[in-house]
Amino acid sequence: MTVTDAPRIVTSRLGYEDSYTLERYLATGGYEGLRKALGMRPDEVAAEVDAVSLLGRGGAGFPAGRKMRIVAEAGRRAGPFHSQVGTTVIANAAESELTSGKDKLLLSRVPHLVLDGVVLAAEAVGATRAFVCTHDDPGPLNEAIVSRERAGLNRVPIQVVTVPAGYVSGQETALISLLNGDGPRPAFVPPRPAERGVRRHPTLVQNVETLANIALIARHGPDWFREAGVADAPGTALVTVTGTVARPGVYEVPLGTTIGTVIDQAGGHTETPQAVLAGGYFGGWLTLPAAGDVILTDRALRAAGGAFGPGVLVALPESACPLAETALVTGYLASQSAGQCGPCLNGLPALAEALGLLAFGWAGQDGLYWTRQLLGLVSGRGACHLPDGTAGLASSALTTFAGEVRRHLQHGPCHRVHRAPVVPVPAPPVPAPPAEAEAAAGQGGPGATA
Amino acid sequence: MSRRPEPPHELKVNPIACQSHGMCMELLPELITPDPWGYPLIAPGPVPDELLGLARRAVNSCPTLALLLTRSPEPASEPTPDVAADASSPPARPAGPGA
Repeated sequence: MTVTDAPRIVTSRLGYEDSYTLERYLATGGYEGLRKALGMRPDEVAAEVDAVSLLGRGGAGFPAGRKMRIVAEAGRRAGPFHSQVGTTVIANAAESELTSGKDKLLLSRVPHLVLDGVVLAAEAVGATRAFVCTHDDPGPLNEAIVSRERAGLNRVPIQVVTVPAGYVSGQETALISLLNGDGPRPAFVPPRPAERGVRRHPTLVQNVETLANIALIARHGPDWFREAGVADAPGTALVTVTGTVARPGVYEVPLGTTIGTVIDQAGGHTETPQAVLAGGYFGGWLTLPAAGDVILTDRALRAAGGAFGPGVLVALPESACPLAETALVTGYLASQSAGQCGPCLNGLPALAEALGLLAFGWAGQDGLYWTRQLLGLVSGRGACHLPDGTAGLASSALTTFAGEVRRHLQHGPCHRVHRAPVVPVPAPPVPAPPAEAEAAAGQGGPGATA
Repeated sequence: MSRRPEPPHELKVNPIACQSHGMCMELLPELITPDPWGYPLIAPGPVPDELLGLARRAVNSCPTLALLLTRSPEPASEPTPDVAADASSPPARPAGPGA
């Protein structure tokens, strides 16, 4: 993954080889924002974040300042026992999509900026502990936390938590469930984490890019932050561009940049483009070249039929079958159901199968009708948004590529379905280790071939 | 907690708790129908006053306490964006054109 020399607000330190060390961070003025913000009243930080209407960068786009105020308010309401226990801050870096790489990049290259955001958010909501949740090896993160502790920069203890692999395990209620000693499985809301989270106390869950931005807003002020971006979406965002582009990677761009510009920045298309998947697995398809003029803001992308999501663009070439791509992603998402909710557990595999038949087989009008039925049957019927997001992607494919659907219904699978998939999807689960595999084979179980 | 204009009653299912016992569909077929897998599909919108009694009975009969009768306007779908935010969950967005 590469990073350009675009505006470099969040990523301004990436030019330095040792950007992850505390020395470099302090030398580049890192601690100033923290010192300035710690002099403010706790609610002033949230107010500044509100003033620039910073939206969460984890995918849902919930206003970050409002979330901080809700948690702070819930903490105040919770009474005397609670005031001794305090609230919790969770920095969410558990990005599960192969199409996104920004969280990993931030943690490995500028952990101190994220940790500043963690400390500031903790101060703003009256937290007494913080966790950084990540899927991967935390890398220099542990070292960063220790060096900050030595320098006395952590107001609250910060702990790194490794989240088990799985698409839904990075979901905010799943992180809470994990920290409370259960498996990383989403929970039914309400109560939301902001009301009852870690150890049943109000908990603030923010994506690491959101926290990095909070640190920058505290340091430079709202006016500086607004210099980049557009009026309804100020600031910059980390966008992961993959698919058939010359230089796939994470790019920092001002919000409001057009999709075409971002793709050009990533070296442009390497093949004749067909469409772009905006927003990742929970996003939507936009056809090119028309989508090239759509600007990157939550509102504009939704209006166009995509999503900003965690800042993901996947370029799909003419030589790939969009239905096949959608079917493969849907199949992966179906495999990631935590198995807690009946409609998701039963509906997503059925939807994946129906889409697979549409893309790779002969579905017929009945098949298309059943696929559409399934979209309605899974939407909004899970505890988390896995069924909604999956149905959204499938529905977007059926709408955007209606002509393609018709061709598949009339003539069967197109020759392009044989192309290697463009949208990156995690490989199926690793087969059981040899000993167990033999045991499974001995029983004649299907495990051996899985 | 002060309630001002008394928001209407709504039925909700906790999909994690629901084990598709089907009691609710027996007791309140007017509003609750089974999906292809036997899980309850709730008619959208508020519970009409004349069905409130039956709705309460259905709620009380659920063996896993998965059926909820709420008055708080906790949005099951679009209207107000809620604190749902996080990495893997977009707001309840994708519409089901399956309807």
